[in-house]
Amino acid sequence: MSALSRTSAAAPVAAPHASTSGSVTAVMATVMLALTPATLYGFWLYGWPSIYLWLITVAFAMLGEAVCLRLMERRAVPVLFDGSAMLTGWLLAVSLPPWAPWWIGALGGLFATMLCKQAFGGLGQNLFNPAMVARVALLISFPVQMTAWVAPLPIDMAAAPGPISGLLVTLKGIPQGLDAVSSASLLGFAKTEMSRGVDLLQSLPHAPSLSWLGSRPGSLGETASWLIAAGGLLLIVRRVISWHIPVAMLAGIAVPAALLHLVDPARYLDATTHLLSGGAMLGAFFIATDYVTSPNTARGQLIFGAGCGVLTYVIRTWAGYPEGVAFAVLLMNSLTPIIDRYVKPRVYGRDRQGVALDAPAMAARPIVGREY
Amino acid sequence: MKTDYKTIVSDGLWSNNGVLSMLLGLCPAMAMTTSATNGFGMGLATAVVMAASSLLVALFRQRITQEIRIPVFILIVASMVTLVDLAMNAWMHELYKVLGLFIPLIVSNCLPLARLEAFAAKQPPLAALVDGLFMGIGFTLALTSVGAVREILGSGTLFADASLLLGPAFKAIEMRILPADMGVLMMILPPGGFLITGLMVVVKRLFDLRAGREIQMGGAHSAPA
Repeated sequence: MSALSRTSAAAPVAAPHASTSGSVTAVMATVMLALTPATLYGFWLYGWPSIYLWLITVAFAMLGEAVCLRLMERRAVPVLFDGSAMLTGWLLAVSLPPWAPWWIGALGGLFATMLCKQAFGGLGQNLFNPAMVARVALLISFPVQMTAWVAPLPIDMAAAPGPISGLLVTLKGIPQGLDAVSSASLLGFAKTEMSRGVDLLQSLPHAPSLSWLGSRPGSLGETASWLIAAGGLLLIVRRVISWHIPVAMLAGIAVPAALLHLVDPARYLDATTHLLSGGAMLGAFFIATDYVTSPNTARGQLIFGAGCGVLTYVIRTWAGYPEGVAFAVLLMNSLTPIIDRYVKPRVYGRDRQGVALDAPAMAARPIVGREY
Repeated sequence: MKTDYKTIVSDGLWSNNGVLSMLLGLCPAMAMTTSATNGFGMGLATAVVMAASSLLVALFRQRITQEIRIPVFILIVASMVTLVDLAMNAWMHELYKVLGLFIPLIVSNCLPLARLEAFAAKQPPLAALVDGLFMGIGFTLALTSVGAVREILGSGTLFADASLLLGPAFKAIEMRILPADMGVLMMILPPGGFLITGLMVVVKRLFDLRAGREIQMGGAHSAPA
């Protein structure tokens, strides 16, 4: 988005200029469309509480945006309709435990848009991905609620909470009587077992199952890996995002995972488990590719994506938390300005040193003011 | 020239507050404000150091030459900090066990140094003493309020362990605001220090804006002449 405003600020003088039909709203709408199948599938898996949590998170993210805009004495409605606050809330909601209490979603939504986005100056100004900052803030503030995963209980099953009792789950917490099996995610299970000295060869047969189709505990955005990946491919086909960050990030997770698994399968999970677990898919396609907080050039994006992937693997394998996508993306967000400084696109008509091509008279002279 | 003590006092307490206006001394303001009591204790220690070293620098201001002023300031502040450190260890040993690690760091706090450079080195001893004292009290107020907000949000208490600092009579002000499991853990971790300090600066500027006062932006302003 900052790129868009930059091109409009510098008035074109001559030469061919390609224009794009993609407004902020159109881009946001495409991303939301790509997220819809996975979200709906998640709603079906986790039932009414997850629907309410999603609604609350999105509503509070938009409320936070509106309040900030009013405080700055700007009109809230046009900015709200660009869809960015809704998408931020949506991405946060699909990274939360689906049966989390309502105030988790409310606090997270407000935190994301008010402190992580508008405090920096609004869309295009924030250094860090708002949804991920909010998720990390919630995770370190409320570790119990943020790691309470439930096993899927499809909405059409008799035991699943209906519209009313589902609302009570979101508002008052999970009741004792309800047949909701709280369960660890595979990454958490493996980490706990490893820490008490049971190696993976012994513990994995008892581990929670991991399926492409998504019948396993997790957030809305991690269970249906294939739907998330399909949504991501849609974004690439529609040219909303390029392939560089997702491919580099997934490779950054898969390559070290495969190598270390080969060396010692008793200590290191295999690559497939890593790719299908946690926020790997959501992070690679939807989180790390955020225009605002990722580098502008293709080479920069490859570095950024690989960094996200490797850091995710390092945090998952050796750090205290079982899942590391959010931390990895935030760490790489902070490096984005540095990457953008050192990895610059070649200026049109000049080589990488900034020397004009095919102009012997110009070649001897150093070009000043290459930075735009 | 007549010294305007009223301005010195109001500058120190509010309009040129060390933390909330000048954004100086942020290190202790974030590291030591996990509770109101910690912030208060750190603030008091700093205030004593500031008052004493301001007075000393003002007394010797004719003798301190321009070239060596910074080492001399540091030496004076360091001596005062050592005194406070030893006194606290002797008479408030329980609190010393909590704050002790951070007391020596007052030497490197830029707020005392900034006031010595900007005010005490150019003013008569009494004005310098008042300035150091009230800048210190303003610092204490800022640290106590940041600490209070973080403590309420983070652990749900207010002035916990105040009796260690102020004596058993103050047991009564130790309060529990929220149930024990309601705290937002992040607020007593480092990110909470940054967030709450930043939001307190926002609140102060809003107050000033409402009152129609000129907002003092960050930076060590020289004192009113």
